[in-house]
Amino acid sequence: MARTIGDVILDLQNISLSFGGVKALTNISFNVRQGEIRSIIGPNGAGKSSMLNVINGVYHPQEGRIIFMGKERRKMNPHEAAAQGIARTFQNIALFKGMTVLDNIMTGRNLMMKRNFLWNALYWGPAQRDEIAHRKRVEEIIDFLEIQHIRKVPVGRLPYGLQKRVELARALAAEPKLLLLDEPMAGMNVEEKQDMCRFILDVNEQWGTTIVLIEHDMGVVMDISDRVVVLDYGRKIGDGLPNEVKNDPEVIKAYLGAVY
Amino acid sequence: MIYREAGQFKASYEADMQIFPIRQDRIAIAAIVLFAFVGVPLFASEYWFQAIITPALIFSLAALGLNILTGYAGQLSLGAAGFMAVGAFATYNFMLRIDGMPFLVAMVLGGVCAALVGIVFGLPSLRIKGFYLAVATLAAQFFILWVLVKFPWFSNYSASGVITAQEIVILGWTVDEPVEKYLLTLAVVTVLALAAKNLARTHTGRAWMAVRDMDVAAEVIGIPLMKTKLQAFAISSFYCGVAGALYAFTYLGTVEPEAFNLDLSFKILFMIIIGGVGTVLGSFLGAAFITLLPIFLNQLFHALFGDSLPPAFASNVELMIFGGLIIFFLIVEPHGLARLWQIGKEKLRLWPFPH
Amino acid sequence: MTFFFEVLIAGLLSGMLYALVALGFVLIFKASGVFNFAQGAMVYFAALTFVGVGEKLLLWLGWAPGSFASFLGSLLVTLAAMVVLAILIERFMLRGLVNQPLITLFMATIGLTFFIDGLAQLVWGSNVRGLDIGIADEPVIWLLDSANMLVSKFDLTAAAIAAILVALLSLFFQYTKTGRALRAVADDHQAALSIGVPLERIWVIVWVAAGVVALVAGLIWGARNGVQYALSFTALKALPVLILGGFTSIPGAIVGGLIIGASEKLAEVYLGPYVGGGIDSWFPYIMALAFLLIRPEGLFGEKHIDRV
Repeated sequence: MARTIGDVILDLQNISLSFGGVKALTNISFNVRQGEIRSIIGPNGAGKSSMLNVINGVYHPQEGRIIFMGKERRKMNPHEAAAQGIARTFQNIALFKGMTVLDNIMTGRNLMMKRNFLWNALYWGPAQRDEIAHRKRVEEIIDFLEIQHIRKVPVGRLPYGLQKRVELARALAAEPKLLLLDEPMAGMNVEEKQDMCRFILDVNEQWGTTIVLIEHDMGVVMDISDRVVVLDYGRKIGDGLPNEVKNDPEVIKAYLGAVY
Repeated sequence: MIYREAGQFKASYEADMQIFPIRQDRIAIAAIVLFAFVGVPLFASEYWFQAIITPALIFSLAALGLNILTGYAGQLSLGAAGFMAVGAFATYNFMLRIDGMPFLVAMVLGGVCAALVGIVFGLPSLRIKGFYLAVATLAAQFFILWVLVKFPWFSNYSASGVITAQEIVILGWTVDEPVEKYLLTLAVVTVLALAAKNLARTHTGRAWMAVRDMDVAAEVIGIPLMKTKLQAFAISSFYCGVAGALYAFTYLGTVEPEAFNLDLSFKILFMIIIGGVGTVLGSFLGAAFITLLPIFLNQLFHALFGDSLPPAFASNVELMIFGGLIIFFLIVEPHGLARLWQIGKEKLRLWPFPH
Repeated sequence: MTFFFEVLIAGLLSGMLYALVALGFVLIFKASGVFNFAQGAMVYFAALTFVGVGEKLLLWLGWAPGSFASFLGSLLVTLAAMVVLAILIERFMLRGLVNQPLITLFMATIGLTFFIDGLAQLVWGSNVRGLDIGIADEPVIWLLDSANMLVSKFDLTAAAIAAILVALLSLFFQYTKTGRALRAVADDHQAALSIGVPLERIWVIVWVAAGVVALVAGLIWGARNGVQYALSFTALKALPVLILGGFTSIPGAIVGGLIIGASEKLAEVYLGPYVGGGIDSWFPYIMALAFLLIRPEGLFGEKHIDRV
């Protein structure tokens, strides 16, 4: 299926965020288009994770506007963001440690499961049908990410790389319109990184999911991104196609200079 | 050899998502339930019904209630007995004040009252967690008992708040023999345990566990924290409330608010710690253990020292053993007896090839 | 108005005792993150041991309880007992629970409560005992004369002792090497370990310190109300104090204790009659709860930002 990049679905305008006087983000604007892979890069402490937290409402910016799917907001809240179709993964894996892989991924579909607790207590008729139907969708995702062999293992027992994959699966289970990935490849070896890249590209291509990605590995970023935003000290210092960003003198000075 | 799932292939998700996916488990559970309903009434003595099995079942239910809140939803509560008191006194008042009120309806309504009170005292959980919340539930514990003692309306103006349970009649069947009370308790506990098991394996239970394991992540994938926590408080309190009603009606007969004191709350907490936090089975194992331990100790002391011991000795040693066991379990097996049972089963599944 | 002040002062003085118990909580919480539910039991244990040793001394050596020799002897033995208790707790409980979630440690301390209560009563018996520490419980004359107010000499002395203890502990935390190590451990266990702070010894030290605080609280409380099991329960009032004051702040424990003590007495006197009295059993908890909803980190606690 050919990729098509559509209109802007997420537009961030003049976002500023501070914690008790410490400025984390200053007047940042950028947008994300339907179907693209948008990367956010920058040195440690540049405000990348804060940016994601603003997008899905974990942090509330003091200033700025967020326009998602044509609807304008001062700020998001996490539950509303999820209901609007934003899912994410975390930099430090945020899985539910006491639950199995299968249950973790099933939680991703919680928003779509409407039977109330009385039906569930009976586990009969509609409640059972519901559970089974959602299980089917979850199994597709499990197949897609090639984690069939661990579906009934408690996530706490899994190695790091697999946990990252399960977290991606949980986010995908929500069938998001916009997927936020916070360093999905951090701490992985080359092979695991290749796998993860493949999954991200496949998700984007096959399901047309829009992806916003934070990543430190420049090779990966330049390869898979459509457009790149560069942050430094909470300010935006670059925005554009990977090649443009790579050659932007200010970006090189602030960040890439250290790498190349 | 007996406990083997080889050859049991699941051809559908329906089969894979059964309540007990392994055939031997299904057979065992069916056998236990059957034995409880038919075998026990045939063999057990009146003393066993009155002093051991019925209270153990009631405590299992209360432990199950606390386990829903603390084990599944991760909200530590030190007020379980308070909610039991609400259930007991509410059921009593429904029976007392509404003519022809059937017991089972009164019991369910009593549970609903407990659930409502649970929601009120669960409200702080929206802003606080951990031991802060434990303090909030202590408030519930003290406040509820104070209300029941200070407002004599609740005990129909009896001295020091004692209530005497009304006669239980279900569709013309008068439940007054210990065996009948046992059967009634067993039926209620069986139904509610099944319901709890079902809740735990559907999205309701997954939402609780998600909130328990990492609330921020739960919220981000769209689990509403407020609704999930309050729901856990409500359902947990409902279970405790029904347990309280049974405590008054099928176990003690006469009961005062002080019977539902902080010590009882701790006892129920100990049941889930020893039995297994976050498992239905653990609630039963823990309740059985905590009910049987004092009886066992008593026999033991009697056998060892005869009658020469001061009575306080046994109760103090019991306190120490309870306390020591809690610490021991938390250190050695924080998931309790249920976990030991599960490990045993896994060993059996693989036996005789351990790898 | 005089009556109001009498109630207020009585409340503040009993609040001082809550503060003392709360202080024991704060010490342990600061250094190990453990919420020690057994602090109340330690108060009971200390008071009961003190009285029990006094009785034995009378029996063996003929030292009368209340005499200076008996007081000193009992005090030393009880101190030694608190040290041994702290060592045993570290060895058999804390060491087995390193790296467990804090809520697990909290539940372990509930088990510890039962264990200590049982142990104390097993050794010394559970009947209610009086405790004489040689300070008369009589009104201060000049206050009675000049302002017509009843304030007990005993209460004032107790408050003074508590104040001195608090001052000493604050100095200890602020200025000694051990105090610095304690604060380092409180900030980050792993980091403290990696720079060579001996974690186990630190834990014993804080539990001993908490034991000493418990001893002082137990003596004062026991002398006021008799040594009885209820002591272990009353000490639970320190929990709302902590919520008010914040779990990590020594001044918070003091101020919180005073507020809880005063408001509890005032509420009982002025509000109690309208609802049937006895509201001091729950009033502090509800008040702390209401406060929690407004300011979850307490008066002096540190605000916590969740990072994801």
